[in-house]
Amino acid sequence: MKVNFEINGVAKTVDVEPRTLVVDLIRTKLGMTGTHIGCDTSNCGACTVLLDGRPVKSCTVLAPMLEGKKVTTVEGLAKGGKLDAIQEGFHAEHGLQCGFCTPGMMLVGKALIEANPHPTEDEIRWGISGNICRCTGYMNIVKAIQHAAAAKSEAAGVA
Amino acid sequence: MFPAAFDYIAPASLDEVLDLMSKHGDDAKVLAGGQSLIPLLKLRFATPVVLVDIGNIDGLEGIRRENGHVRIGARTRHRDVESDTDLRGTLDVLLDAAPLISDPLIRNMGTVGGSLCHADPAGDWGAVMLAVGAEFVLRSSAGERVVPADGFFEGPFTTGLRADEVMTEIRVPVTTGRSGGTYLKLERKVGDFASVATAVHVVLDDDGRVASAGIGLCAVGSHSIKANAAEAALVGQTPSDDVISGVARMAADAAEPKADIRGSAEYKRDVARVFVQRGLRTAVNRAQGASA
Repeated sequence: MKVNFEINGVAKTVDVEPRTLVVDLIRTKLGMTGTHIGCDTSNCGACTVLLDGRPVKSCTVLAPMLEGKKVTTVEGLAKGGKLDAIQEGFHAEHGLQCGFCTPGMMLVGKALIEANPHPTEDEIRWGISGNICRCTGYMNIVKAIQHAAAAKSEAAGVA
Repeated sequence: MFPAAFDYIAPASLDEVLDLMSKHGDDAKVLAGGQSLIPLLKLRFATPVVLVDIGNIDGLEGIRRENGHVRIGARTRHRDVESDTDLRGTLDVLLDAAPLISDPLIRNMGTVGGSLCHADPAGDWGAVMLAVGAEFVLRSSAGERVVPADGFFEGPFTTGLRADEVMTEIRVPVTTGRSGGTYLKLERKVGDFASVATAVHVVLDDDGRVASAGIGLCAVGSHSIKANAAEAALVGQTPSDDVISGVARMAADAAEPKADIRGSAEYKRDVARVFVQRGLRTAVNRAQGASA
């Protein structure tokens, strides 16, 4: 069946079997491998993408459910060669070790800051509670999101 | 993992959905947020011939206040309950339960009606809806019926929903008296299913006695359990610590826990007792602090 949606600002029409999972559509059909497959059981969050701006687990969404919707993957974060604030934050605070959870963590962090520009540490920890870092590098992930929130506030002149 | 093949239909109207359900019956499954159904499809525990996506149907999403009820569209996401802070003071138990359901990403997709119809014995909304005395609106092409939450849950993943029916709304009565409630959940790690959880909701009369009480138990039986005898024992009483302790013991007696990796049956029953006791204290305190 045909599914029309937008991914990282680009309109797409794909022809897929209805049973196709969004993560497989993105990785296999679209060849974008920044979205990872970790547990494949909606536990780990490695497959996180933004669906109409909200983080979801793409291993637990069917491709036809994307009809008319907007998807953002990690490939859509940087704009014109400039890193997004959340990417800058993960860079500055060394918010990754092996890097496998990082795309998901960054997308969750970005959505969190957009909904709540000044999150407390507790709110950040709740916000990433659906994403597992198996290196257990949570300290720096929290710092990275705080860094991005502070940078965005400063840029907006409200720090 | 990927599901077995199915036909996918996303109708534009509820009538069309109901026609499909009456035509296909047990061969069809309704897809709402998919956060319980898609894992079942991937494991091939569920192999429907037709998947009917209700994502395009207007009017199934959102929380409205009407005629003494809070009316929750069946496709309302968990996160939309979580963020509806107006529920504080009237239906604390809903607002306390929502953020404890799975994790934030699942709550962005998963729906209240989907969770209730899935009827996992460890699903959170079942116990909550039993505690607040909710009713469920079930539609089929033959018409509409409104059934109480009490009696809806029949067994593991089994409800009174007929194969041709779709849940469209959850109606929660809002009482005019002072009320309070809460949801307490024990989980092995954040985002896990409940080892044990309890939902309580009390309404006090002008004399400070309990006018009505609801106690729902989660993950301690083959389905969500309403602790009827404990509720009845609380009504009419001044909710002292002694009364609450006794009621909590009765509620624990209504549990039918089974030993598993989350704990022994005795442990779970005792957690249920302690949680109902703590929950009722919180509920009563909140009700006492609330203005009518």
